[in-house]
Amino acid sequence: MPGWDLPDSDPIPAAYCNTGVDLIDVSEVDVVRHYTNLSRTNFGVDSGMYPLGSCTMKYNPKVNEKYATLGGFADLHPLVDVSSCQGALEVLYDLASYLSAITGMKRFSMMPAAGAHGELTSVMIIQKYFQDIKEDRRIILTPDSAHGTNPASVAICGFEVKEVPSTADGDVDIEALRNMVDGNVAAMMLTSPNTLGLFDRNVHLIADILHENGSLFYCDGANLNAVMGKAMVADMGFDVMHINLHKTFSTPHGGGGPGAGPIGVVERLEKFLPVPVVEKRSDGSYYLDSERPDSIGRVHSFYGNFLVCLKAYIYIRMLGAEGIRGASENAVLNANYLLARLKEVYSLPINRLCMHEFVLSDDGVPNGVTTNDIAKRILDYGFHAPTVYFPLLVHGAIMIEPTETESRDTLDRFVEAMKAIRLEAQSDPDMVKRAPHTTAVKRVDAVSAARKPVLKWVP
Amino acid sequence: MDYISNTPGDIEEMLKVIGVKSIDDLFADIPASVGLNKKTALPAPLTEIEAGDLLTEIAGRNCVLKSFIGAGVYSHYIPAVVDHLASRSEFYTAYTPYQPEVSQGTLTAIFEFQTLICRLTGMDITNASMYDGATSLAEAVFMAVRSGNRNAVIVSDTVHPHYRQVLDTYSRAGGIEVRTLKSKNGAVTAGDIDMLMDDAVSAVVVQNPNFFGCCEDLVEIADAAHSGKAYLITVVTEPMSLGILKSPGEQGADIVCGEGQSFGNPAGFGGPLLGILAAKDSFLRKMPGRLVGKTTDADGTEAYVLTLQTREQHIRRDRATSNICTNQGLCALRSVIYMTLLGNTLRELADLNHRLASYLKRRLVEMGFTPVFERPFFNEFVLSFDDVERVRSALRNDCYQFGVPLGRYYPEHENSLLLCATEMNSPADIDRLVSVIEQTL
Repeated sequence: MPGWDLPDSDPIPAAYCNTGVDLIDVSEVDVVRHYTNLSRTNFGVDSGMYPLGSCTMKYNPKVNEKYATLGGFADLHPLVDVSSCQGALEVLYDLASYLSAITGMKRFSMMPAAGAHGELTSVMIIQKYFQDIKEDRRIILTPDSAHGTNPASVAICGFEVKEVPSTADGDVDIEALRNMVDGNVAAMMLTSPNTLGLFDRNVHLIADILHENGSLFYCDGANLNAVMGKAMVADMGFDVMHINLHKTFSTPHGGGGPGAGPIGVVERLEKFLPVPVVEKRSDGSYYLDSERPDSIGRVHSFYGNFLVCLKAYIYIRMLGAEGIRGASENAVLNANYLLARLKEVYSLPINRLCMHEFVLSDDGVPNGVTTNDIAKRILDYGFHAPTVYFPLLVHGAIMIEPTETESRDTLDRFVEAMKAIRLEAQSDPDMVKRAPHTTAVKRVDAVSAARKPVLKWVP
Repeated sequence: MDYISNTPGDIEEMLKVIGVKSIDDLFADIPASVGLNKKTALPAPLTEIEAGDLLTEIAGRNCVLKSFIGAGVYSHYIPAVVDHLASRSEFYTAYTPYQPEVSQGTLTAIFEFQTLICRLTGMDITNASMYDGATSLAEAVFMAVRSGNRNAVIVSDTVHPHYRQVLDTYSRAGGIEVRTLKSKNGAVTAGDIDMLMDDAVSAVVVQNPNFFGCCEDLVEIADAAHSGKAYLITVVTEPMSLGILKSPGEQGADIVCGEGQSFGNPAGFGGPLLGILAAKDSFLRKMPGRLVGKTTDADGTEAYVLTLQTREQHIRRDRATSNICTNQGLCALRSVIYMTLLGNTLRELADLNHRLASYLKRRLVEMGFTPVFERPFFNEFVLSFDDVERVRSALRNDCYQFGVPLGRYYPEHENSLLLCATEMNSPADIDRLVSVIEQTL
């Protein structure tokens, strides 16, 4: 503590003051050792392949981390005068225009702090759109393969959720959709490519059915890593979308955040975007526009997760158009390569070429070995587990997304490990059911944790 | 630079294994009507050296020197240990800890975060964090409305204006009625709460210290809320204040929400931030977001795991307590490292903040600035001055950020500035500021 000589402070009444705080006193070296040792029990993308489907666990470039710590960015207060933050506003403005170039959407807002936050903001826009045209519509459709955040975001805004079934080969059931669409349907949310890792071949037909009904079409952009530079989301017929910068644009997941969930809209929805909007004047200067009477309002304390946006900006600047396309091409190539090799040993419920990810099932794995057991056992081989039991419409789903940044050697090692586990399920099923064996802790008892919750340390 | 290691030879062999001829064959499901391989209009790719030059130049167009601004984001010293440990990529390149056997680092740190935030706020339970202070207020209000089955909230106009704007956005979407409580002389009066109270009100929301920097009388406010059978939600935007002020829990709050950025996280142009949401035990099943619980592994060893997930969107879908999926894990990690590093010296640091703010206020009042509110304050306060804009623009040329003009948010305070001092503004810095102002007058 600095030993500054200061006069007495303005008094605060004793009734407002505490008599001490109750934190824990530890020496600096012990703090360093404690968190260093904790970090060694964690598994990140830098530790090994992380094929967690739907999460796009690609490599997080170190150059992004380095420049996001520059004082001109990290120490910038959000309420400085606009002349003092021109660099930051330029980053937000240009990143929005790059995302427009990649998706074809007219305008992006960087305010939402996560994918689910982007979904919620978009549903607010959908709600505002129908208020604006004075139509009362109460229903939003989602396919049965949707992420749980879709129905949860819809419910917060008071809409009713209805599930559209999928066909046996993974597309939206068009006949069922036609029967559900009526004057009460505000919108449909679809992940594109969908959560089975498949591109819905009828995407234009779905868009037409919705638009003829006056409904909007929302793209959950969680899987954008499959189509960057290959196909534009706006060309698929979508009106509004969110992007996960922490998936597609390489920003780290941070052990569960911070991410960023910018949203993009077509022209007729632009006026509803959250405030403030970053605008550029003809003299090249930037400003924050909060005077937008049709806006849904503010959705973040300031301007979203700026430092996350900055990392995505650096990523796009370093890749350029060819690099962006190459990323998606190699993501899809790597996934199809794994699919081709793994379908010999595991059940593949929908036998199609996939996009950037695919879903296996534990059907046919012997001796009662389940998807959960396979996920735990793969940890012993030095890989993170795939996403398990999602999407819900596949029994014992094992959802694998390798991303473009894994080498063929690593993919081959993953295939060998998955094959070995399949053999172990035959030869030593009890060992697989007790896995993992080599991790910092053994299989964790989640049931007791929920039955008697202990949520803080009590001496 | 594209971070891809497949060579043309690899690609050819992999396509052969898949059984297709070209990469574009893999995209055959995309209908022709959508169009494949259109040109993407992006700037030419940069090398790492070029990117470094560009970013240094852009960063140079932001001015970060000599700030006397708080208003929800505070400039505090970040010890080297915080950056060093949070830069360990086992932490920052991990996902949400779905596989606890390889995520004990993240899970243990969040459990510690929950423990320390409970202690500082005087609450029983804390979640693993929210996006930021404003959205954590919106979630706190939704939680109170769900728990109380009443559809209105009373919100003081001394709550951060941006937080109230975000709450308005969420409330319009979710059909919640917001009643604004007008403050008097920079603080809330319990009697005014009674005027707005009826049996539709689920919660009263106040901020402490409030947006003007003033300390509110939380005990009186809690009594007024509780006598109307409503909850008290206390917003804290400057957690450093908890080093010397009584915790909201000790003064009757039922829910505490707000911003944790002050603890080990940089300003970052306002994001990422660290939303805090803590509450009494009775809110356990209504709590949004991730919760980490203690348990054991198959060998009986202590272990941590995400728990009570049946509240959450991936299980409960449209009946979940919230749509939130992630937390702000890395920001929470930084804050728990910070709190552990400081320990009980947090109190001395908070006291230093208060003394520096007192010194800044005294020096400015001596020069002719007028205090607007006569209330106790922590590290922020409001002063008025006849020609505030002239002083501010003169200071801006010297690269000072001198306060936030209150007229932006409160038209009746057009000539007033919200000013802040922390340990980053030394007495010598304050003396220099005063002499620069003297030269401009």
